[in-house]
Amino acid sequence: MWKWLHPYAKTQKAYQLCNTFMPYFAVITIVCFAVGWVWGLAFAPADYQQKDSYRIIFIHVPSAIMSMGAYSSMAIAAFIAMVWQLRNAELAVIAIAPVGAAVTAIALITGAAWGKPMWGAWWVWDARLTSELILLFLYLGVIALYHSFEDKAAAGKASCILALVGVVNLPIIHFSVEWWNTLHQGATITKFDGSAIHPSMFWPLMINIVAFVGVIGWVTLIRLKNEIIQREKHRPWVRELVSGGKNAV
Amino acid sequence: MKKHDSYWRILSTVYKKDCVLAFRQRSEIINPLLFFLIVITLFPLGIGPEPQLLARMAPGIIWVAALLSTMLGLDKMFREDFNDGSLEQLLLSPFPNTLIVFAKIAAHWTITGLPLIIMAPMFAMLLNLDSTAWNATILTLAIGTPLLSLIGAIGAALTVGLQKGGVLLSLLVLPLYIPVLIFATSAIDTSAMSLDYSGQLAILGAMLAVAIVSAPFAVSSALKVSVS
Repeated sequence: MWKWLHPYAKTQKAYQLCNTFMPYFAVITIVCFAVGWVWGLAFAPADYQQKDSYRIIFIHVPSAIMSMGAYSSMAIAAFIAMVWQLRNAELAVIAIAPVGAAVTAIALITGAAWGKPMWGAWWVWDARLTSELILLFLYLGVIALYHSFEDKAAAGKASCILALVGVVNLPIIHFSVEWWNTLHQGATITKFDGSAIHPSMFWPLMINIVAFVGVIGWVTLIRLKNEIIQREKHRPWVRELVSGGKNAV
Repeated sequence: MKKHDSYWRILSTVYKKDCVLAFRQRSEIINPLLFFLIVITLFPLGIGPEPQLLARMAPGIIWVAALLSTMLGLDKMFREDFNDGSLEQLLLSPFPNTLIVFAKIAAHWTITGLPLIIMAPMFAMLLNLDSTAWNATILTLAIGTPLLSLIGAIGAALTVGLQKGGVLLSLLVLPLYIPVLIFATSAIDTSAMSLDYSGQLAILGAMLAVAIVSAPFAVSSALKVSVS
């Protein structure tokens, strides 16, 4: 049953697989961003209370959702790398981590920009904001750990362990922060209720979420290809690829 | 010899070795305590000496200082054994690595956590914390500091092979300490209002139980990566 997966343990096959997937992700990203942004920023009706400034939702909410999504996919890759000792999964962890950190940073920055006109402050110690910030720290920890090892094979394994430890802790951190917040200052801000959002805003939002999935997948594949080439630069197929030989993949 | 005898022996041997080494070199025990005391002295100087204000902030100050002072000893947990090669020999021994790791974590807690617990009432007094909250301070430290040692050991094991692991270690470990900080300070806060704080203690205890079971596995696999 798993036979079709085995070839992808080889880096060359994985590289080819990246190449096959990349156009699809590229198309999804470009189409969804084009449709989602134009629809969301220009055609969706303005909010009766927040006027036009609510429109940052079309960037903020998808990035916030996908920051968690990227972390969980990183943790799944780390689990696969630890259990089945697949080196490609290790490379995938390294490929996803900076992308996830960037998406988390986008969510935090757009959140601050949205918070200023709405709440009158760039930053409040709301539970969601705080756990998003801690998520960024966890990403940065994985990246920093990877880059401080000379031996990249050990670096990959160490980052995998840290990503797994992080994913065990993430729900604990999330709930403790929520609990801490309600204890200290009470429920202050409920951003928006997912089910109460009007269809004319819901659909562009959905399209933007798909666009974010696409762009994360796309950039991750590019990074994964780079990691594979860097790690395997002594292999003949990589040499041939770089020198532009005819039999290149 | 029966098998569990030898398990117990390796546990106690590693534990005793680490403790004896620390006691021979007393600065390892005294320096974190001094650091803790100095951090606590800085706060009244920084925010003002009003007793009300200090009492309000005392739980947070005590716990942040505790987090920082356990961080001091973390880097040393595996470093010396790693440098002289004995860590490699320990990992190669026929005993379960988790057991050896657990003994080392326990020794680290004895060196850094236990003195803090003993000194805690004095620090609470310095910050004008109400005497009803002393019990809670000691209890949260008693449950919380082993948790800090267990979580911190994961970071220490990941960075032991690196030359400049110190700053990186705090980046890795401090975010994971946040739940401990939240529940411990809220327990002390609650007890200062003379309310029931057993809920927070129960959650801390649950986290400790999970950490005791799972952290040694993470630490030993991280050590294998660092040593290889």
